[in-house]
Parts: sequence; structure tokens; C-alpha cells
Amino acid sequence: MSVAGLIFSNIHDSAVPEFTTVRTMASVPFGCRYRLIDFPLSNMVNSGITKIGIITHNNYQSLMDHIGTGKDWDLARRSGGIKVLPPFITAYEGATGSKLYTTRLEALMGVMNFISRCNEDYLVLSDCDGICNIDLSEVIDFHIEKNADLTVVTRRLSADEADIKDATAISAEEDGAVKDASAYLRGVSGNEVSTNIVVVSRMFLLGALRDAAAHGYKHFYKDIVARRIGRARIYRYMYEKTFVHINSLEGYFASSMKLLDPTVRNGLFNVENMPIYTKLRNSAPTRYTSSAKVTNSYVADGCVIEGTVENCILFRGVRIGKGTVVKNCVLLQDTFTGNNVSLNCVITDKNAVICDGRMLSGHSSMPFFIPKGAMV
Amino acid sequence: MFRNKECVAMLLAGGQGSRLYALTEKNAKPAVPFGGKYRIIDFTLSNCVNSGIDTVGVLTQYQPLMLNDYIGNGLPWDLDRAYGGVKILPPYQGKNGADWYKGTANAIYQNLQFIDRYNPEYVLILSGDHIYKMDYDKMLDYHKKTNADCTIAVIDVPIEEASRFGIMSVDDEGKIFKFSEKPKNPDSTKASMGIYIFSKECLARYLIADAEDPDSSNDFGKNIIPNMLAAGEKLVAYPFSGYWKDVGTISSLWEANMDLLGDNPVLNLDDEEWRIYSRHEAHAPQFVGNGAVIDNSSLTEGCEIYGTVRNSIIGAGVKVMSGACVCDSVILEDVVVESGAQVNYSIIDSGTTVGKDCKIGVSKENAKEICVVGADINVPDGTVIDEGAMISKASDLVKEGR
Repeated sequence: MSVAGLIFSNIHDSAVPEFTTVRTMASVPFGCRYRLIDFPLSNMVNSGITKIGIITHNNYQSLMDHIGTGKDWDLARRSGGIKVLPPFITAYEGATGSKLYTTRLEALMGVMNFISRCNEDYLVLSDCDGICNIDLSEVIDFHIEKNADLTVVTRRLSADEADIKDATAISAEEDGAVKDASAYLRGVSGNEVSTNIVVVSRMFLLGALRDAAAHGYKHFYKDIVARRIGRARIYRYMYEKTFVHINSLEGYFASSMKLLDPTVRNGLFNVENMPIYTKLRNSAPTRYTSSAKVTNSYVADGCVIEGTVENCILFRGVRIGKGTVVKNCVLLQDTFTGNNVSLNCVITDKNAVICDGRMLSGHSSMPFFIPKGAMV
Repeated sequence: MFRNKECVAMLLAGGQGSRLYALTEKNAKPAVPFGGKYRIIDFTLSNCVNSGIDTVGVLTQYQPLMLNDYIGNGLPWDLDRAYGGVKILPPYQGKNGADWYKGTANAIYQNLQFIDRYNPEYVLILSGDHIYKMDYDKMLDYHKKTNADCTIAVIDVPIEEASRFGIMSVDDEGKIFKFSEKPKNPDSTKASMGIYIFSKECLARYLIADAEDPDSSNDFGKNIIPNMLAAGEKLVAYPFSGYWKDVGTISSLWEANMDLLGDNPVLNLDDEEWRIYSRHEAHAPQFVGNGAVIDNSSLTEGCEIYGTVRNSIIGAGVKVMSGACVCDSVILEDVVVESGAQVNYSIIDSGTTVGKDCKIGVSKENAKEICVVGADINVPDGTVIDEGAMISKASDLVKEGR
């Protein structure tokens, strides 16, 4: 069994524009020290996949910086390893390939070269908006056992996700054969949706892509999956373990806060044999001074804490000044808070500076966002 | 074809570190953990890389397994190079028999071939048991500027401590005219830091001569430096000021760890300009639970704190359960301190579990000595271990326990 991976780094960018005006969805920071792409990358590496293509669209500087040569994921290889696949655009107006892709299917057609030059039998496709620690080799085994052409990994929506946008509802027979794939609509669809993690036989995908090119198809689920139900072997694999999804700034805030729940935290980061890798920064350990008071918080290395921190997610290099009280906040890398600052339900992007004595508060339904490098 | 290396570093990492007792039972001193996420050797390796030296031979002898494993291909320090990089140099069997490294000078002598492969003009000799941040490139410039045959880094020490060191007597121009190893009545406060830069040709000449001398103890401090002085070679002292600590004893290792704490730590590792690199596993962030109290301490990735931690250094993956209390201690990787346990003025080595309601050590105010518990020991619930105890295996607990 040989498998290659493909990651879509920009799909869902529009879900959190606050973060993605300066970066891709893949490089949105999450969980103190990670970026969203660390999850699909680590899942693939932990399942023995060592050839991974990353499809980019725009704004991918921060992603390139994060990935580097891939050595932090042990993917700096002579053969295979990480291949960043920038959009294929010719400089000549009117020629084919002169426009950026707009859909998942177009993105796949843009990397036909990568797909056809792989010699692996299977491909795993993944987005970056779903955060989980999934053993993909189990999905691949399922795919092979069912002799499937395509297997969609699905999950059940939780009660607070009933109004989710941009999801694909999947319904299936008891044995897992997919009956229908359609845009999710509350009240109309069931609560089983695609995680956008898909295992596909490479030859099947190549055939489907050529067919799509010939017919001018645009949509992966509508034109590749739904159209082939009954003609191809399309299955679903239900994933029932921890899955956190980001589809808005409030969703980002809520998902971050879920990390304070031990079941979620352990389900993502403390799974036996399945570590989540990220770019190393060689920060010093975090220093708590004698004036620090910290409870129920998830903290990265490289912070210096001199104030009070409650129910927070602190990224690497955050400074909490003396007399400062920070509650229910997500403070990204190198956020600096001065002395006697008060923050509640605030999300700061990288390198934000909060000067002495400032008081800021949002609400969990509408967290206050401070953009990258801003000074308050 | 490759370019010659201007300077090759040779790092002496074979010492047993017998005064670290339980901590070096299965581990070479340079691989002893420090500061939560480092090992002692990280400082010299990072100094090399930050100083632009990319070829480092690491001479190993005592218990090298962990050290070899830790250094690996040198990736964490950017020393995985196409040419040069970090190389482990164990003693080997040659045509004329096999020998252990008989002394610091002999270890380098046996590896002259390694140095010659890179055809360097200068050789930097380092030891892997000091905690400091130093730019060797500046020292090399000094060596070139003074046109010396050998440059020795020196640091000012208090006169009352000078008899513990190799002491240099230096003239107005920085030229060394006398060297005394651990003098009873020191006439200078300039102590050798065990860091030497030699012009390669001169080093090779003296090493070869030393190897032919059957009475020599093959040591830089005892033989090579005195011989060079006697022959009138130009030896200069390179003055260094800044943090520098020999961590060869339990108490100095503990103190160096404590130097990382406070509002303005004496030893600052949070330094973008001079990063200390280390190899570490993929750990989750650190979690501080409800009811946790953390006071003047340093915590590392992967640890989970539900109890009290004061004036302590907590390594990666450590768990301190609720009701447990860790004070004035250094806790290495993956230690679990169960609920109700009290750890005072102690060093606990990696992988050990301290059972419920144990009492390890005595509070620092009342204790004279640090308590040391070795690696991978299950300390049964309710065990009491006195100050100054040195536990290296589970069986020792019977003797020490009360």
C-alpha cells in the first residue's frame, strides 16, 4: 500500500478573514504553538505518508515560512517529502490557466501534474479547517477493504453547529456506501457531514478529473462524488473522536476555549504514538515570576508571566505585565501586554501590543479582535 | 572538492561527571538535562553555531549512548551539513592497538586525522560541562590579532575561590607568563575556562611530542600548556565577562538552574540574539489547572500542573497533581509527582514517579544538602527520603527510606 497526501491550504480562507487577510487558512495559528496545517500534516506523517503536496492559492508567504524544508515534520527528503504546489498561471492573457482556481475541483485540476506523476496507489486529500488527530491508516485500510474508489471521512455535527455553512451533508447505507452528497442545510440535511478528508484511488481520481475537464465540471462533491453514486464505489468512514472545526472568528474563539477541556486537549495532543508536530522555535521555557497567578490556562514556551491569567490560551513569546489581568483570551505569538492591563474575551493576532493601563473586553459571542502588529 | 574550514571545534565530552552521582549513572555529564528543556552540551554546541563554527568533533567515552542519541545528525543545532557538521568521535582501534582516551590532550591527539581532513588554520578546544553564552568568533579574532600560538579564555573569579581553578598570571599585554593548576596561594584571579584556541600546526607539534612522553598525563592543563610556556610560545589570555558556571557538582547544577529564575534572571535564555538550541520531542503546550499555584518558576512544554510549584524548574512532560507541592527543586522530564507528595530542595531525574504523600527532601531553610532521586524509579506512596540522599535505584529506597 502506498499513499501520497494533498492538502488544500486556502480553501475556507473566507471563514476567518480577520486572520486570513495576512495568511492562508493553513497558517492560522491555533493551540498555543501550532498552525492549522500541522494537524493534517502530522496525521499524514503519523500514518506513514511521506510525499505530501500542499496546494496554495494566494497569501502563502507565512505558510512557506512555517513549512520551510519540512524538516520539523521529518519531511525534508530526497525522494518525496513536502512539495508546495503554487497556482499554475500563465502570463499570457486568454490562455488556459490564466485564472486562479475558485473551487476544490479546479484546484485539483491545477495539480494534475503532481497527481499523474505520483506512483502511489492512493491519495489522501485534506483541508485545514478541521482539527483532529486521526489515524489515516485505518481509513485507508477501510478504503481497501471496501474496494472503494473514493472514501469520505464524515463526522456528526454537534448541537452548536446546526447552522454551519459551507458543509457537505453525506448520507449512507449501513455498510457505508454513500447514498447522497449535498450542500448542508439545517432542517433538510441529516447531521452527518464531510470532514473534507478524503481517501481516493489515484487512477479513479485521474479519470474523474479528465472527465471533469472534458465536461467543464466545477464542483468536487456535486460533479465527482454525487454524479458517480451508483456507478463508482463511494463510501464514507465515520470519524467519532475529537474533532474541532473553525468556520468563523467566534468559532475560532470557541474552539480555542475547548482546549481547556481535558477530553478535547487529550484527544488532540495526547494520543499514544500520534504526536502533533510543528515548526520549532527554540523558545526558552516559560517563566512565571512571584507575582504571577495562573489558573486553567494552556500556555506555550517562551512566555514571561508577571500578572494574572485565567482561562486563556497563550502562544509562544507572550508577555503578561505586572498587575495585568487577562481572562478568557487567546493571545497569539509575541503579544505584549504592559502593566495593569485588563483583557476579557480578546483575541490578539501576532505581535500585538497592549499599552499600560488599557482595558478591553469582548464577549464570547463576539470576541474583540486586535490585528497583527496593532498597538492599543 | 570542498572549501577548507578556518576553525574546527573539538568538544571534550567523555568525562564521567562522577560528582553528579545518580544523574550520571547511565548518562555522560554533557547529556545531563538542564533548565527544563536543555542538556548541558546545548550551550557549547549553540555557541559554536552562533559563532559561525560549523564543524564540531564531539569526543565521547563514558556512557555515550544517550549523548550519541541526543546529538544524532546535529539537526537541532543546524549542524547537519553536507561537509563538516557535528561528528561523534569515540576511541577506536588502530593499526598499533587500541586505547581509551588517556587524557584531554590524548583524546585530541588520537583525532588529529579528523582535524586534518578539514585542513583548518585554528582548532578550538571546548569542554561540554559549562553553562555560558560566548562568541568564539570574537575570541578567534583576538587570537589572530595578537598573533598568538594559543589563546586561553579566562574569567575573573573571587580570590577565595581561585584555588579551585587553573590560574593564569598575565602581563600588561595579555600575555600569559605563568600557569598554575589549582594553586594553594593564587597570585591572580584569572581562571582558565577550559576554552583554548590553538594554531593548528603548533597544536599538532605539541600533541605529537606529548604522546611520545611516557611520563605525561596527556592533559592540556597539566602538560600541553606548561610545555608551551616553558618553550617560550606565545600564549595569551582572552578575558571573558558574563555568565559562566561549571556544573560539575550537584549543588552547582542546582544553583545554575535557579539562576534562570527571578524577575531579572542572571542567566537569560530568552535571548533572540543568542538562542540556545536543543533537541526536543513534540510536546503539547503546558497546562495549568484550576487550583494550581505557580510562583517564581520555569515551566516547559508538555507539563501539567494542578498543585503548587515554587522556586522550581519543571521539565517537559512533568505532572504535578493537585495537593502536591514542589519547592526549590529541579524536576527533569516526564516525572510525575502524585497528589499530597512534597518535594523540597531536590533534583528528581527523568521518568521517576513520586508516589502519593511522599516526602522528598527537607525544606531549603532547614536543609544542608540537596536530595537526588535518579531516573525511572517508582517511589512508593508515603515514602520519606531525607535531605542529601542519593537514590539511584529502587533498591536504594530500602536503605534510605524511613
